[in-house]
Amino acid sequence: MKLKLKIWRQEDAKDKGGFQDFNVDGIDGDMSFLEMLDVLNNDLVNEGIDPIEFDHDCREGICGSCSLQINGEPHGPDRRVTTCQLHMRKFKDGDEIVIEPFRATAFPVIKDLVIDRSAFDRIQHAGGYISVNTSGNTQDANATPIEKDHADDAFYAATCIGCGACVAACKNASAMLFTSAKVSQFALLPQGEVEAHERVLNMVHQMDKEGFGNCTNTGACEIECPKGISLENIARMNREYLSASVAG
Amino acid sequence: MSILESKIPEGPIEKKWTKHKNTINLVNPANKRNIDVIVVGTGLAGGSAAATLAELGYNVKTFCFQDSPRRAHSIAAQGGINASKNYQGDGDSDYRLFYDTVKGGDYRSREANVYRLAEVSSNIIDQCVAQGVPFAREYGGLLDNRSFGGVLVSRTFYAKGQTGQQLLLGAYSAMNRQINRGKIQSYNRHEMMDLVLVDGKARGIIARNLITGEIERHSAHAVVLATGGYGNVFYLSTNAMGSNVMAAWRAHKKGAFFANPCFTQIHPTCIPVSGDLQSKLTLMSESLRNDGRIWVPKHKKDAEAIREGNLKPTEIAEEDRDYYLERRYPAFGNLVPRDVASRAAKERCDEGYGVNKAGQAVYLDFKAAIERYGKEKAFTSGHKNPSQEEIIRLGEEVVETKYGNLFQMYEKITDQNPYKTPMMIFPAVHYTMGGLWVDYNLMTTIPGCYAAGEANFSDHGANRLGASALMQGLADGYFVLPYTIGDYLANDISTGAISTETEEFEIAEQQVKERVEKLFKANGKNPVDYYHKKLGKIMWDKCGMSRNAKELKEAMEEIKALREDFWANVKVTGKAETKNTELEKAGRVADFLELGELFAKDALERNESCGGHFREEYQTEDGEALRDDENFKFVSAWEYKGEPSEAQLHKEELVFENIELKTRSYK
Repeated sequence: MKLKLKIWRQEDAKDKGGFQDFNVDGIDGDMSFLEMLDVLNNDLVNEGIDPIEFDHDCREGICGSCSLQINGEPHGPDRRVTTCQLHMRKFKDGDEIVIEPFRATAFPVIKDLVIDRSAFDRIQHAGGYISVNTSGNTQDANATPIEKDHADDAFYAATCIGCGACVAACKNASAMLFTSAKVSQFALLPQGEVEAHERVLNMVHQMDKEGFGNCTNTGACEIECPKGISLENIARMNREYLSASVAG
Repeated sequence: MSILESKIPEGPIEKKWTKHKNTINLVNPANKRNIDVIVVGTGLAGGSAAATLAELGYNVKTFCFQDSPRRAHSIAAQGGINASKNYQGDGDSDYRLFYDTVKGGDYRSREANVYRLAEVSSNIIDQCVAQGVPFAREYGGLLDNRSFGGVLVSRTFYAKGQTGQQLLLGAYSAMNRQINRGKIQSYNRHEMMDLVLVDGKARGIIARNLITGEIERHSAHAVVLATGGYGNVFYLSTNAMGSNVMAAWRAHKKGAFFANPCFTQIHPTCIPVSGDLQSKLTLMSESLRNDGRIWVPKHKKDAEAIREGNLKPTEIAEEDRDYYLERRYPAFGNLVPRDVASRAAKERCDEGYGVNKAGQAVYLDFKAAIERYGKEKAFTSGHKNPSQEEIIRLGEEVVETKYGNLFQMYEKITDQNPYKTPMMIFPAVHYTMGGLWVDYNLMTTIPGCYAAGEANFSDHGANRLGASALMQGLADGYFVLPYTIGDYLANDISTGAISTETEEFEIAEQQVKERVEKLFKANGKNPVDYYHKKLGKIMWDKCGMSRNAKELKEAMEEIKALREDFWANVKVTGKAETKNTELEKAGRVADFLELGELFAKDALERNESCGGHFREEYQTEDGEALRDDENFKFVSAWEYKGEPSEAQLHKEELVFENIELKTRSYK
C-alpha cells in the first residue's frame, strides 16, 4: 500500500505547529498503525530529518500511552481499539490519512503528536484510591463477599486505560467518562463506600480545575473509548456527586 | 571463599522471615522523615515499594520513563497472580507454592527467598482486595481461581485477562494517596542515566528529563531499582517498546553483580511473527492453556497443505491431529511449564509440522472447551437435550466471559476469529529470570542499592511459573523491601540530606553528558533500529530456545563487532535538549549491546541444561533438559571488569535443605 499522510508537526508547547505532507510506501495490511509510522520514521531518519514524535509503549492496547486523532477520530476508524491495535487493513491503497494529536486545553502538546496528560494523574491524586495502608494487616480477602454483578461492573469501570480518547472525542473536551470510571469502580465496592462522598467531590473538583469541559450527553466518548467504558458511569458519578453534595 | 554474602537467616525455613523481621534494625518514625529513598521504575515492584516506603514515613522520589506511573509494563500482564490461599481446598499450602516454584525454576533459585515469597503471597491478595482491586468472583461473592502451568492446584487469582492492569492500578492508587500527602514526588518522563556512588554507597542518580533533555541530579540515602527485565535485548519480545536494561546495567557497571543473565523465559503462547517490519510480539495468556488444546497435524502432508493454504485446520479429523503435549506429558498435558511447552513447539516446527506460512506456529484450539462449557451451561439452564448449535452458542458465551479480551485482541491482530478456527501461536521472549544479584534483603553488591521485581534474579531460578511475576513484584514491593531496607537505613539516621553539589555527582553528570554527545558524534550511517534488529537476530538465532557452544562463541564475537560498529556509525537525529525518541532508543540499545555479550558468555559457561537454558550438548535421550547439579548448582554472579567478555564470575552455591533435588518431570 502507498499512503499520503498529513501529519501535525510542532516543535514544542510554545510553537504554533502545522500540518506537513509525507508519503509512505510498502505498507502491509497486517501492520499496525504505529508500525506504519515506524516505517515513515525510518525513512525520515535515513534522510536526516527528525522523525515524528508520538507516544507509545506496550503496543498491545493496555498501557494507554498511544493516542492520535486519525482522520478526525481518536484512535482512528476501527472500534474498541487503541491506535497500536489499529491495523492497516482498515485502510486502502492511495488513502490520505490526517494525523493529529488529541486536542484539548487540558492536554497541551509537548512535541508533534505527544501530549501532556498529567491532568489525569492529578484527578487521581485527588481521590482515586482507598485509604488503606499497605501493611498487609487487612482482613482476609474473602471476609466480605461481593455480589458478582457489582464486582463485574467495578471491573469493567476499572478497565479504563487513561488514554484520553474520551476527552478528544468530546466537543466540550470533557473528562467525565474518565473520572466517572474511577469513581464508579470504588463506589460499586463495599471497600470504597467509606470515602465515597469525599472522593467524588474531590475528584470532580480537580477535574474542573484542570480545565476540562462539561458533559452534554452526546455519547461520543463511549463510542470512541477503546475499552468500551459505559456512559452509565457518568450517570452513576452524577448520582454520587448529588448525594455527596446534599450530605454536605 | 566467595565474596557473595546472601545473608540468609539461620533456622528452619518457615521461621526465617519472621525471625529476620524480629531481629533486623528499624528506623523510628521520626527519623524516617529525615531519610530519602529513590525508586526507579513504577511497575508492580516499584509502585508498591514507593507507596509503602512513603507510608512508613520515608521521603520518596519515583522515576519512570512513561508519562504516568500507571503505564509501566506490569500493566500488560494478563493471566493472574498466585497465592497459597487454598480457597479451593485442593491441598494448597505455603510449602506447595514454595515447592512448585523451586521445582518449576529447575532448582536454580534460592530456597529462603522463595519460601518467603510463598509465605507473603496470601497477604498480597488481602491487601489488593482492601485497595479495591476487582478480582474475578464466583456467584456466591467469593474470589474465583484458575490453574496455571506447572502446578496441580488452582491458586491463581485473576481479573479476566487484565490482572496486571488491575494490580498496577491498585499500586498506583496507593502511590496516589502518598502523592496527595506530599510523601512521594513523582518524576515522570524521566530516565535514569546513571547511579551515583559516594564513599562506595548508592547515594543518588543522574536522570534525563525526556521532555526538556535536561540532565538532572537527584540524591537519596538509598536507591531502589525496580526497572523490570531485559527481554528487549532480543528486539522482538512481549516487553513494551520502552522496556530496557539501562538502570540495571548502569548499576552493574558501578559494581552491582549481574546474576544468571542467560536465564530467559520464552513464552509458548504468543501470536506468531507476521512480517519483517513487526515491532513487537503479543502474548496470549497462559491461562488459555487451561481450556485450549495445543496441536499440530499428525501427517506432514497435512501441515504442508495448510502452509500452502489448501487445507483448513477445522478440516483435519480428530485422529489426524497430534496433541503433542498431551502425548508427551500425560500428567500435566497442556499445562506443562513454559520452557517445556516452548521447546516442544519448536521441536514440532523444526520437524516440519508448523502451520503458518513460515512453518513457525502451532494451534491452540478451543473447540473442545466450547463444547464442554456449552453442554454444562445448557444443563444448568435446564436444557437437558440441547442441539449442537445451542451448545456452541452457549459455550462461546462462557469462553467469552473467561477470555473475551484476549480473543478480541487476537482477532484484531490476526483478522481471524478464534471462536471458529484455532489460534496460531508460537514461543516468544517474555521474561528474564536473571537480573541484578541481591541478598536476602534485596540489596545488590552496592551498599544502599536495592533491586526488586523482575530486575533482580532471586525467586524464579531458570524458569518462572505462570502468575508468579505479579506475585513477586508485589511481594518485594509491599512486604519485603520496605522492611529490609530499614536495616540499612538505620545507619543513616544522622547522616542528613545528601548534597548533589559534590564531586561524585559532578563526575557522573559529566560522564552522562559525554555519552550523549558521543552518540550524536558517530558517523551517522545507520539508524538505531538497524542495530537493535541485528542484535535481536543474533540473540534469537544463537542464544534463543536452544543454544550450543559454537554458536554462543560466535554470538559473543558478533555482538562485540556490532557494538563497535554502533559507536562508530550510529545515526541519531535531532537535538539533545528536546524530546528525542531516537536518542532515548540509542542509549538503551548501547546497553543492550553490552548485556547481550555477557548473556552469551553466561550461557556458554553454564555447561548444563536447566529451565529456559537449553544447551543442545546436554540433553537426555528423549530430548529433555539434562541438569548437572554436581557442577552447576550455583548462581552465576558477574562482576563488571571493562569489556563484557572479561566479566569475572562469582558463584553463590545454592543449598537445598527443604527440597530434594530431582529430575524435573511433568510426564
